[in-house]
Amino acid sequence: MSSWDRFVETFFNAKVMAKYLPDIAHGMVVTLELAALVIVSGIAAGLALALLRSLGVRPVNLLIVFVVDLFRALPPLVIIVFIYFGLPAAGLSPSGFVSTWLSLALVLMAFSEEIFWAGITSIARGQWEAARSTGLSYGQTLMNVVLPQAIRITIPPLTNRTIAITKGTALGTVVAVSEILGMASSAVSNSYNPSPLTLGAGAYLILFFPMVVFGRWLETRMRWKR
Amino acid sequence: MLQTFFNLEIIVAAWKIILAGLGNTVLLSIVVVPLGFAGGLILSLLAGVRHPWVRWPLMAWVDFFRAFPPLVLLIFLFAGLPFAGLELGGFACVCIAFFLNTGAYYGEILRAGIESIPAGQIDAARSTGLGRLQTMLYVVLPQAVRNVLPDLLSNTLEVVKLTSLGSVVAMPELLFQARQAQSLTYNPTPIVLAALIYFVMLWPLVRLLSRLENRVLARA
Repeated sequence: MSSWDRFVETFFNAKVMAKYLPDIAHGMVVTLELAALVIVSGIAAGLALALLRSLGVRPVNLLIVFVVDLFRALPPLVIIVFIYFGLPAAGLSPSGFVSTWLSLALVLMAFSEEIFWAGITSIARGQWEAARSTGLSYGQTLMNVVLPQAIRITIPPLTNRTIAITKGTALGTVVAVSEILGMASSAVSNSYNPSPLTLGAGAYLILFFPMVVFGRWLETRMRWKR
Repeated sequence: MLQTFFNLEIIVAAWKIILAGLGNTVLLSIVVVPLGFAGGLILSLLAGVRHPWVRWPLMAWVDFFRAFPPLVLLIFLFAGLPFAGLELGGFACVCIAFFLNTGAYYGEILRAGIESIPAGQIDAARSTGLGRLQTMLYVVLPQAVRNVLPDLLSNTLEVVKLTSLGSVVAMPELLFQARQAQSLTYNPTPIVLAALIYFVMLWPLVRLLSRLENRVLARA
């Protein structure tokens, strides 16, 4: 057997791949579910915090800034490990799936709050005043004047950050979530062959490569419009 | 509650283990940040080559490694390559994975910085007799780095945080040591302590970044 054949036999073993394809496909579904939950809840929470911050209540704002800083400074894996291995000591036992979801959603919340807030503050003060003076209420000004402009500015950085954080779903494997990497790793130890890992890598590329390309496209598009 | 999550006896018992972890996290960061930056610099300089045979493969390379979760890359190197007879060990795997993954991110940032320098400056520098390399080193790069400094810092923060992945391949860094201490003491205090150390260590950088980012977006 030539060394090329041995390489293919090892990393692209068709038999092993066929056997574990359903497992990896199941992992892909779990990864997708986790990713969707993280994106929706993280961005919604981030936007809610940014809106709350725009009310300008000082003690509330200080708290928001602290929470945002906290989840920007802590590595996601540390938060996952704390929730999964630490909280049971207080009588709470979230599953690996919930731990990963909660951690990544909190991290995305922090980053998206920061981005939304920067977007809101980038709208000139005069626009607020002009809108209010025409008789729009605070809420109407925010919803109809400020946010539509702010969100446009925030879309490229928000997209890139969301992709980077969503890739963190792979961290779930550390707390036994049966997502792609977890499924692939256990398939490797069951089959004594790394082909499932190759398959898993392919699955990640199928999910995330289009997102990265989309992010790049969005970035260039928004740049020349300025 | 305090007895469970911030037990002083446990802290006294575990601080040595945690501190060794902190040392290793700092060392690891000192190795992988320049490594990733170097990788990014190579990519961003290559991005100046307009030939399609360089441009497209380069873009594919960068997007490939940005789409690939770093943990998957690390596990592939650590658990996959030994099947091909290549046993690299945790440290080497972390270095290679960071070079590839964070290099792609640094590369994108530096490329944007280099592209922000008007072509006229390069022409002017070349016409005064500076060589290509000299123009890059003395004219383009210093300004490029300054223009994208907030993004570079933000990425560096992410890289330092990412060193916690080393725990998965048994590198004795901060998170790994904290988990060891936790399983020895049956108490989550070491993990809280590690989280606190990460926070205290990185908070100044987060504060600085949030101010810089606000200023940049506000100007846009």
